[in-house]
Parts: sequence; structure tokens; C-alpha cells
Amino acid sequence: MKYDVVVVGGGPAGLAAAKSAYDSGAKKVLILERDKELGGILQQCIHNGFGLHRFKEELTGPEYAQKYIDMLEGTDIEVKLDTMVLNITPEKIVSAINPIDGYQEIEAKSIVLSMGCRERTRGAIIMPGDRPSGIYTAGSAQRFVNMEGYQVGKKVVILGSGDIGLIMARRMTWEGAKVEAVVELMPFSGGLNRNIVQCLDDFDIPLLLSHTIIDVKGKERLEKVVVAKVDANRKPIPGTEIEYECDTLLLSVGLIPENEISREAGINLDRRTNGPIVNNSMQTSIPGVFACGNVVHVHDLVDFVSEEGERAGKFAACYADEEACQMEHIAHISNGNGITYTVPQIIDLDNIPKKLEIFMRVNNTYTNKKIVVREGQELIASFKKAHLAPGEMEKIMLPEVLLKKIKKSVTIELQEVL
Amino acid sequence: MKRAKKISVSILLYVWQVILVLFFIYTKIGGYIMYDVLIIGAGIIGTGIARELSKYDLKVAVLDKDTDVSNGTTKANSAIVHGGYDAKEGSLMAKYNKLGNEMYEDLCKELSVPFKRTGSLVLAFSEDEMNHVKELYERGMKNQIPGLKMIDADEVKRLEPNVQDNIVGALLCTSAGIVSPWEFAEALMDNAVENGVELHLNTEVTGIEKNGEIFTLKTNNGNFEGKYVYNCAGNYSDIIHNMIAPESFKILPRKGEYYLLDKVQGERVNHVIFPCPNHLGKGILVAPTVHGNLVVGPNAQDLDNREDISTTASALDYIWQKGSASIKNINFRDNIRNFAGIRAESDRGDFIIEEASVSGFFDIGGIKSPGLSAAPGITVAAMELLQKHPIELNKKENFIKPRKHQVFMELSKEEKAAKIKEDSRFGRIICRCEMITEGEIVEAIHRPVVATTVDSIKRRCRPGAGRCQGGFCGPRVQEILARELKVDMKDILLDRKNSYILVEELKK
Repeated sequence: MKYDVVVVGGGPAGLAAAKSAYDSGAKKVLILERDKELGGILQQCIHNGFGLHRFKEELTGPEYAQKYIDMLEGTDIEVKLDTMVLNITPEKIVSAINPIDGYQEIEAKSIVLSMGCRERTRGAIIMPGDRPSGIYTAGSAQRFVNMEGYQVGKKVVILGSGDIGLIMARRMTWEGAKVEAVVELMPFSGGLNRNIVQCLDDFDIPLLLSHTIIDVKGKERLEKVVVAKVDANRKPIPGTEIEYECDTLLLSVGLIPENEISREAGINLDRRTNGPIVNNSMQTSIPGVFACGNVVHVHDLVDFVSEEGERAGKFAACYADEEACQMEHIAHISNGNGITYTVPQIIDLDNIPKKLEIFMRVNNTYTNKKIVVREGQELIASFKKAHLAPGEMEKIMLPEVLLKKIKKSVTIELQEVL
Repeated sequence: MKRAKKISVSILLYVWQVILVLFFIYTKIGGYIMYDVLIIGAGIIGTGIARELSKYDLKVAVLDKDTDVSNGTTKANSAIVHGGYDAKEGSLMAKYNKLGNEMYEDLCKELSVPFKRTGSLVLAFSEDEMNHVKELYERGMKNQIPGLKMIDADEVKRLEPNVQDNIVGALLCTSAGIVSPWEFAEALMDNAVENGVELHLNTEVTGIEKNGEIFTLKTNNGNFEGKYVYNCAGNYSDIIHNMIAPESFKILPRKGEYYLLDKVQGERVNHVIFPCPNHLGKGILVAPTVHGNLVVGPNAQDLDNREDISTTASALDYIWQKGSASIKNINFRDNIRNFAGIRAESDRGDFIIEEASVSGFFDIGGIKSPGLSAAPGITVAAMELLQKHPIELNKKENFIKPRKHQVFMELSKEEKAAKIKEDSRFGRIICRCEMITEGEIVEAIHRPVVATTVDSIKRRCRPGAGRCQGGFCGPRVQEILARELKVDMKDILLDRKNSYILVEELKK
């Protein structure tokens, strides 16, 4: 039995991709989800603020997920829960196991990868010190508090001011813990501004920018952390150490797309995003294998994850139908001054869309700049931006008429507004 | 009359029951059982001796202060089985490294412990270093180590394409290997327990007395009496020794720190790679692990504190530099964990395997590198100490062979399908980084040495040992532990006592 589209991962990206593939004409669509329910990490994000772009209303994570889960009703989309994909092949055979069906090999005409991301750990940031209990990634603490119903600690320091760290500062406070400080290595926060206001300022939790944790103490349970100011090269400055007594340290130090399956299948990955290199159809370097959501690059807002999922699903259905999405004429997007990465990285010149959204992150905070798209010295487009920050994903939109000007490769960069 | 008789019978019965209960309590607190042999410490040495003794009709108990076996130096070292060319000829280290190395393959096969004979290289980046490496070769020949060969730069590059370009030559030792030390110790203890050895965890020896021929070990869990005692207390072996005998050696704790890198770095080297050694020791090695990761370390720092296993920024910087000086392009950004262990260096400079001045008390101390490599050999030596005494060693007729463990992901497709059919819990992946099933976790919990902590599960079957470090699977492992052990989730510890993970249940 061959499926038209097999979707690996039933979080927001996968749900949107499956629905969109089905709506675009794919008859046999299958979602493989490793957890016991659909929705992915949204299910533990019980705070508000999802869906403002997509549904023009403020939803909690589970509410947002439910909207998409409800869309599956009345369709023939199949779902297998508690199912782990072991690997995929370029021939699009998906091996998976679950307790009911056992080991299975599933044939697909096209595959959508939507495995999401994982949190960077203490190891990834090489934090020295003792190794007691009481050190959690912010997301696993969130799971304990929101899903399992247990408090993880009483006196808390948080390293990293990404959104999950900020959200957890508020959540821990609501559950009776004292959050001593949020410590951020960079001179700016990696989180959304609204979260800094609503999660820290409203609770008088100090945000220590340009600081880091240089030591962790405690033989059994965490007892204290040592915080120090860092210089312009992010090296700790001797003499600036402050000790915080605490029983809990939450780490919100970045997310990494989970691409072990992609790597093993031989899909080309982008060193900067840690995700597959994709074109404007969200197709990876293996024809017929598409990717979307946080497995491609880490998003700030689920709304854009859904959007990307819809695009991947639509083209996966198209590929399943006619294997049409072959790439012959392509243009690479390279990152110029101030740009960390873009998605997509490749423009498919044979299938130029009516409009193309390009997502990107900048490498520092900037004011009054313009994002410029150029091919050689030829200016293709320019977008003025009053404020740019690494924590906020930027998006530009190129219409068909401008896309048609592109011949081989374009550079996207920041320039001064003159 | 009849009634009085009835009363006296019931009083008698009552008194008898009280006597039984008292007797039960008395035996339970350990005062009554007379052990043939007591072993202090459940590291690689204590568990090895326990397993060897379990082959005989003896009453044996192992006492360890920690929550699990192998929780000291055994779990925090380079995990290398050295060839044996390094130790000075004639030393105990040279003798038992060679013997231990020879025993590893069969032992690991028998106990289902991962072991690989990868071979090792000692690199020379100058003519000076090459001369030093040649000395090692000659010492190796004196120690009768098989598989030694001096090789030139081209040969090194062929064997290790990522070696730094300025390589001059190396000593190849094909008999060196890598092993999983904590799984080894656990498998030894499992088999010992299955064959009747008692394991008392969370039991710290606080004093030792000898009355006549009988030793009494005082612990936080009552007294243990036995005829012979093995002191395998690792970094505490001098303190334990001094509880019963005049001081005869000192432990000088020496810390070593490490990086453990993601499996994407695991194939950077094929052999265990040493730099040219100097007076500080064997230097910073770069080695594959039996689980496919890359380990880089250790430095060497002498300490006063036997408990300081913290890592430090300065040592980690040093290891980064030195590892990179041997091998190109190690991506330390793929680090998944740093750890440190303490080597039980002693003031004797060699292993201590001897009977103390108190008859029947055996010290197995100062087991620093190559202690892991020598461990099976040290077990043989330890048995010889006991055999000098009038103890009856009768082989058990019904000795139970070690359990076989099978890693689910290493099964063929057909075997995987069959296994899930037999027990559906093997169809549920709990640890997505290492791909460990619920079936394997449940099996690990219910081994003869029961796993009770999250880290004890990690050591037995690896959930949490991968790149997410338990971020995803930690809560689920905790849930399974609580369910299988029938305790509340918040009572499950991470590792050592008081290393609680959850503080309280939230009101719904």
C-alpha cells in the first residue's frame, strides 16, 4: 500500500502540511506522531498568545493545536500515534515502529519532514561546575509543571532570555517559586518584546544582559550558581561575580532543529539553520522530500510554522501527483552583511510563485536599516526597517515580477538608509 | 480450669510469636548473619571480586554508600582498555594490565557488555617525541605486549585521516580497546546477586572492629559481621584501611575532566589516540566510545577533596586545545556533556593488592589508570589473597550464567517485529536520541541489581545519554520508574541521595 504523502511529526507544521496536502488533492495522507497525542510541543504551552496572525485571536497552545486537529475530521487523513520513525530513504520508504503495528515499512510518493526541534542543553554551552539535580531545560520544566503537574523547584535562576525562558519565569512565579534573575549572555534578549514585558517586568524579575553563569555548585541538589558580567567578546570579567542561592536552574539557551533522520537520509543541511536547505516549495535536496516548521529553522511564532506547513503540504501533494517539482533552474540566496540565514535558501526558477516570502534572521540589533535584495550590483528589491533584532524573525515578500528578474543568484544584506 | 489452660496456651503462643519477631528483627539488622566475605565498595573492583566469589558456596555481601553500583571512578574515566606497554616492567600495573586486557574479550561477551578492540596510537610530532615513543615500544616489548608496532607518518595518516599534518610517527598497539565500564560493573554485580551475593546500597561503613577471627563493619544500616574483608573503597580505601589497621598508604585524589561529544563526531578517530606522554601522565586522549560518541580528556589535577568532581572552565579550555593539537576539526560545539572523575592515585605509585597487617583484611587500593584495564586481572590476584587462608572454596553446582542483554535497535527487522509482537512495550520509543524502548527500560529496572534512579537507568540502557541529555525522555523515564517501583514520581531521584527532581505535586 503506497501513500501519496507521509508526514513525519504531528505538531503544528505536520498538521498544517497534512491538511494542505489533502486539500490539494492527495488522497492517501498519513501522519506519524511519536507522542500519544497530536499537537506537538503546543500541548504543553498553556499560555496565551498563539494564533494572532493566523486566526486573528489569542489562543493557548492546546487551543491552537485543537483548531488544526479538528480540521482533520471529515477527511481521510490517517494518523498513527505513539509511532516513531526510525529512518527514511531517498526512495521514500519510511521505517517506523509502534506498539500496535510493530515494525513497518511504509511506501510514500512524497514525504514531509516536520519533526520540530529540541532544546540546547548544558552540555551544548559547555557550562562548568558540579552536576547536581535541579538543572532543567526550560521546556522539560514546562512539561513537568504543565503536563505532569509537579513543581520542580522553589528558588530559580534562568539562563537565556529566549521566549521559553521568559514564559517559564512567569509560570514558575505563578506556581509559588521565586525567580531570582534571568541571565542573558548577549547585550539583548533573544525573546519577543511582549514576553519581556508580560513575563519579567510585570513580576519585577531582573533581566541581567551581558551576563552568564560561570559556575554551578551542589553535590546532590543545586545549591547556588555564580553569575558574572561578560565583555564584548562574551568572556566573563573577573571581579564581577555574583552568587545566587537557588535550588533550580532553567536553561533557555536555544533550540536545534532535530534532523537526525534527515542527515541519515542524505539530505543537505544548512550549517546556519541546522535544518534542510529548501527551495520556495519547501523541497529539500532529495526530490519529493519536503520539510517545514522548526525542523527547517526555529520560528518565533507558530502562525508562520503553520503557513510553512501548508506550503510544504501543497507541493508534496503536487509531487505525489505528477512528480512535477523537478529543479532544473535554480537561484541560490546568499547571506550578505548582517544576515544570519534565510529560508528558503534556493529559489526554483521553473516554478516562480505569484509572491514569495523569504524569512530571515539578523545577527545583531539594528535601527534604521534596509534589507536589500541584489544580484551582483543590480538592485532587485529594498525594504526599510526601523528596528531589527536577532530574536525577531524578519520576513520580506517578493512579487512574481521581481522574481522574474533573478537569473542565477541573489544576495540579501543590510544597508544603511541614506 | 479449662479456661486457664486455654489462657496459658495463648500466652505461650504469644510469647513464642514475640520471640520469633525479635529473632526476625535481630537477623534483619545484620547482627546475626555471619558472612564469609564482606566487600566494601561496588566499583569495578568490588563487583568483579563479588562475581568471582559468587561461583563458590560462600555467604558474601557487598556494601556501598551510594545509590547504585559503579557510581564513583568506575563511571567517570576514559573507558579505555590499555595495551599495557606504558607501565614499568615488573610493576603490578604492568602485570595485571596485560592479564586484564587478555581477559576482557571473553568476559564482555559472557556478560553482554560492549567492548571493542580498536587499537591505540601514541602520536609523535617531533623527533624528540619519536624517541620517547620508541622507549614506550621497548618497554612494551619487555612487558610482552602483543600487537605493538612503530609506524611512520604515512601509515598514521592512512589509519587516522584526521591526524594533524605535522605527524612524524606513532606507536600502534592493536591489542588496546574500549569498553563501557559502568555496564561492566553492573553486569558483574547482577550475576553475583543472581548467584546469592547480597548487595547493600546506601550503606556507608563508619567503623571496623575485629574480635577473634570476626570482623564487624559498622554502618548506617546496622552491623555486618564476616570472616574476611575486601577493601575496594576506591578513593576512600585509605580511610577504610585506617579504621582497622595502622596507616600504610595514602590516597592522593587526582581529578580528570572530559568532553563527551555527539555521535556526529564519533567517527573522527578510529583508534584511541594518545599524545606523547610526559611526566604528568598519558596526556589528553581522543577516543571513540563503544556507544559511538567521541571522548576527549582527561587533564590531571591533584586535589585535597575526594568529592570534587566539578568541571572547570580552565581545564575544559586546556582539553579543547590539547585534543585539537592531535586531531583536526574536532567540533567541540557538538559537546553533549562534560564530566570529571577522580583517580585513586596513591603514595605508593603502584596498585596496592595485599593483605593488611590485620589478618583476613585485604586492601585493593590505589587502582588508578590502568585500573580499568587491569580490573579482571586484579580480581584474580584478589582471589589468590583469599586462597592463602583456610577457607573452603567449593564451586557451586547450580551457578547461574549471566543474563543476555540485547539492544533493541541492533536487532534485524524481523527480530524487531517479533520482539514487539511478544511484548508491545518494545514498540514504544522512550528515548528518541538513543532510540531506547520502554521494554528495555522496564527490563533494566528489574535486573538483579534493581535500578531506582534516573541515572541508574541511563547507565544500564542509555536513555538520557544522548544529545538531548534527557530533556525529552527524563520525565517519561521517571514515570516508568515510579510505576514499576510503585512509588510516587516525586520520590524518584536523579542519582545520589537527596538529588530530588520534583518538589511537590501542584494542586489541580
